[in-house]
Amino acid sequence: MTGQPYRREGATGTTLRFRFDGRDYEGLEGDTLASALLANGVRAVASSIKLGRPRGVYAAGCEEPNALVQIEEPFPEPMLTATTVELYDGLVAVGLPGQGRLADRPDPARYDAVHAHCDVLVVGAGPAGIAAAGVAARAGARVILADERPEPGGSLLGTTETLDGGPGREWAAGEVAALAALPEVRVLRRTTVLGHYDDNYVIAVERRTNHLGAAAPAHVARERVWRIRAKRVVLATGGHERFVAFAGNDLPGVMLAGAARTYVNHHRVLPGRRAVVFTTNDSAYAAALDLADAGVEIAAVVDVRRAPGETWAARCAERGVELLTGHVVAAAEGEGEVSSVRVAPREGGRAREIPADLLLVSGGWTPVVHLFSQAGGTLRYDEALGAFTPGETRQAVEAAGFARGVRTLRECLEDGARAGRCALAAAGFPLPAGDGASGTSLPAAEEEPAAAPAEHLWLVEADDYSAHFVDLQRDVTVADVLRAVGAGLSSVEHVKRYTTAGTAHDQGKTSGLLTSGVVAHALGVDVAQLGTTTFRAPYTPVSFAALAGRDRGPLHDPVRVTSMHEWHVARGALFENVGQWKRPWYYPRPGEDMEAAVLRECAAVRRNVGAMDASTLGKIDVIGPDAPVFLDRLYTNMMSTLKVGSIRYGVMCRADGMVFDDGTVIRLADDHYLVTTTTGNAAAVLDWMEEWLQTEWPDLRVHCTSVTEQWATVALAGPRSREVLAGLAPGLAVDNDSFPFMTWRDAEVAGIPARVCRISFSGELAYEINVSSWYGLALWEAVMASGEVTPYGTETMHVLRAEKGYPIVGQDTDGTVTPQDLGMEWIVSKKKADFVGKRSFSRPDTSRPDRKHLVGLLPEDPGVLLPEGAHLVATSELPEPPVPTLGFVTSSYRSAALGRTFALALVSGGRERIGERLYAPVGADLVPVTVTSHVLYDPEGARRDG
Amino acid sequence: MLLIPCPWCGPRDEAEFHYGGQAHVAYPENPAALSDEEWARYLFFRDNPKGLFAERWSHTAGCRRWFNAVRDTATNEIHAVYRVGEPRPVSA
Repeated sequence: MTGQPYRREGATGTTLRFRFDGRDYEGLEGDTLASALLANGVRAVASSIKLGRPRGVYAAGCEEPNALVQIEEPFPEPMLTATTVELYDGLVAVGLPGQGRLADRPDPARYDAVHAHCDVLVVGAGPAGIAAAGVAARAGARVILADERPEPGGSLLGTTETLDGGPGREWAAGEVAALAALPEVRVLRRTTVLGHYDDNYVIAVERRTNHLGAAAPAHVARERVWRIRAKRVVLATGGHERFVAFAGNDLPGVMLAGAARTYVNHHRVLPGRRAVVFTTNDSAYAAALDLADAGVEIAAVVDVRRAPGETWAARCAERGVELLTGHVVAAAEGEGEVSSVRVAPREGGRAREIPADLLLVSGGWTPVVHLFSQAGGTLRYDEALGAFTPGETRQAVEAAGFARGVRTLRECLEDGARAGRCALAAAGFPLPAGDGASGTSLPAAEEEPAAAPAEHLWLVEADDYSAHFVDLQRDVTVADVLRAVGAGLSSVEHVKRYTTAGTAHDQGKTSGLLTSGVVAHALGVDVAQLGTTTFRAPYTPVSFAALAGRDRGPLHDPVRVTSMHEWHVARGALFENVGQWKRPWYYPRPGEDMEAAVLRECAAVRRNVGAMDASTLGKIDVIGPDAPVFLDRLYTNMMSTLKVGSIRYGVMCRADGMVFDDGTVIRLADDHYLVTTTTGNAAAVLDWMEEWLQTEWPDLRVHCTSVTEQWATVALAGPRSREVLAGLAPGLAVDNDSFPFMTWRDAEVAGIPARVCRISFSGELAYEINVSSWYGLALWEAVMASGEVTPYGTETMHVLRAEKGYPIVGQDTDGTVTPQDLGMEWIVSKKKADFVGKRSFSRPDTSRPDRKHLVGLLPEDPGVLLPEGAHLVATSELPEPPVPTLGFVTSSYRSAALGRTFALALVSGGRERIGERLYAPVGADLVPVTVTSHVLYDPEGARRDG
Repeated sequence: MLLIPCPWCGPRDEAEFHYGGQAHVAYPENPAALSDEEWARYLFFRDNPKGLFAERWSHTAGCRRWFNAVRDTATNEIHAVYRVGEPRPVSA
């Protein structure tokens, strides 16, 4: 292994080439980027975010706080941990200074989502998880077993523990393969459960092709989000090792003891040549001995305890490893990486320098309770463990194995089986025969040495705490925490926000409890009382691309188009999004900009005739003997008196009296109305109607049906519209007496059965021709073929209606505007005993004289177009702030008919201000405007009959 | 995400529902007879308990029916669901 100086002898596998920080290296199949870098002797992988200190690989999994990298090729991925990036041939990556940068090219990969249901979801395929899944799966339950790593085994992967006499890793692989073969079992590898929500709704992300690099098949989604609803969840999430705060504990070469053990056993890599091991508990001894057996010289084991486990002490002695009990590591020292370790007796005394290039640390193990806590479970402090373990929960969840604080391999297997049986019973399955937890065939584990109690040391005391790191990723030191406590913060949540400890990419997996421990130490309180910060999803970082899945670009939101859409596209219309609808905005001719096109379209309608696709208006069929009563209660005006064949404009208010929607109501029969709504509000109006019918007036015999998409509508407007309609519908009497304003007629238009309504939203003589949407395009083409009809879009429609002072709900109103504010006192019935909103019109607030009224504004310079949203003030110079606003511009256009610009605005006491000059601050200028009536064109309504 | 037992369709994801606020706030029989304060209380005042709360839901993306649920606002546990017009169950 010439190219990999720290690779263990006898390691086999395909050689993979990769490039890191501009240098070429080789690694082996099965490596992570971290293990491959260690094999090549790369110690400093990244640098820290605030202090720029060199940082090396600290852990061997997703808890890694230091080794942040960015993948450059074959596809850019920011902010990954080197410990979770599987190595592949051709990988190009760089170390990061604490934060990544977004890719400069679009991500071509697919991302997808799956919805799944199961009886038992097991999170974690370590010994406990596999045992739980085995019990549940063999009883016939639908089981999903999810694990974040490429292969099952969990803690077994990093150790030399045996099961049934063979390597634990092989047992795990065999057992999971056997389970995967069962018909109701799904094993998800490389799948991290990120979030655990109410009623066992669980979000996981499966990384399907990330590990394949350039060889990833293009048709397979790179990542897939699993949205799982599980009857029961077994959380067998294991634990993370934590470190101790001492000087220089961030130097490259300092590493968690369990991680070093994983690199030696699983990845066949030596993380150093000569190591000091610093521990508070027995677990690091196994790491020390595995490293010694692999050829790492163990210079000393430094144990804070006076009395470590006797078996472990004896095993150290057998191998000639020096054991320093009652000692601490005072500092890790070296230039850019560890070269020596300063060791001192805990109770004071002469310190000693031990040359070493590796310092293993174990401050104990913390159960991974993130998901349990996210799902609302409480935590309780386990004194022996020095950590928090799952307490009470209302969710259908069992924790199992080390996640619950269970220590030995044998106990974890048994606990997993127990959790599996609990889950089965709770999910309603009969329990398999057997005597409780041992009823299934669990593999036999080796006897483990009797454990000596751990000692919970959070920090090594010193005079200077500025290099005692608590959160490596946020560069938070003990000095920072002490400063926070000194500032009077006594809650760990406050300290977190003050220092940022635990808020980084790793979410404090290795540092969270340590922060609590240091705060408790500083306050002189018990960490059990102090508690930890709240755990929140996601457990590990997740890409936005994965969460978005296929819901991007054109699939982000459904697009609704009318039956005439292709004509508009062919004629070069520009489109406006109205809700989900695409509506033609304007139809520019060659050389025209928007302003020119809209002025031309407006002039065509005012002088000649134009047509607009009005199919998107919401349409609701209201049928039933009580339909007249129902509509009387919802509209402010009377609908029961509307004659069959006639049409009435109506406004609906909420109970608070504010305008909710407007539209026309067509009476088709005594018990049948067709109601139109604004395009964007169609669904809300239907919801509103159904809510009142179901919850307040269930006695009314009325049915409401959305028919928006069943009808296509062409609005024909302008002085020549009658003539065009007459040409298209020779059988229809179109003269004003036969077909007066606000009536409708059934007729054949261009040979198509149609309902023609005489309605105007422009003030001109106008018709709305409704046909089955199948005939929409045919009707539109017939209208266009008839002669000089100009197609116009929504912008022209807006200008024309604004010239007439017709408000658009949602543009000129905002949920605080009454019909009276809009100058529509006339539409509020005085005769009806009640309707929704009526009582609110006699509230003191709705009759304030300074309410904002809809008025018109004419800029004194007729060429100045006010920006919509501009505020209005009374004085020509701005007073000192706060400047009182009188109101704001809601609509603003250039008018072909008026030959100038104009605006609509909501102005405090506006009707009383007609004729006054106000000012609109626009940039640095105060634009003078004159307040006018909101009806600026044809106020006497002379044009509607043509 | 809650799993809400629609009394017509059975348990469905929360995403299928719309929330409708406090239940049993009836539209007043005769709004004109109410004082301004009584009317304001109907319009704007709602309970906000920590604990059991009778509230309205609509299965908008399903059967489109309104119903009532008694939910513990502290735990999100739904103790009962019942149809419009039915009284709140005594036990919930």
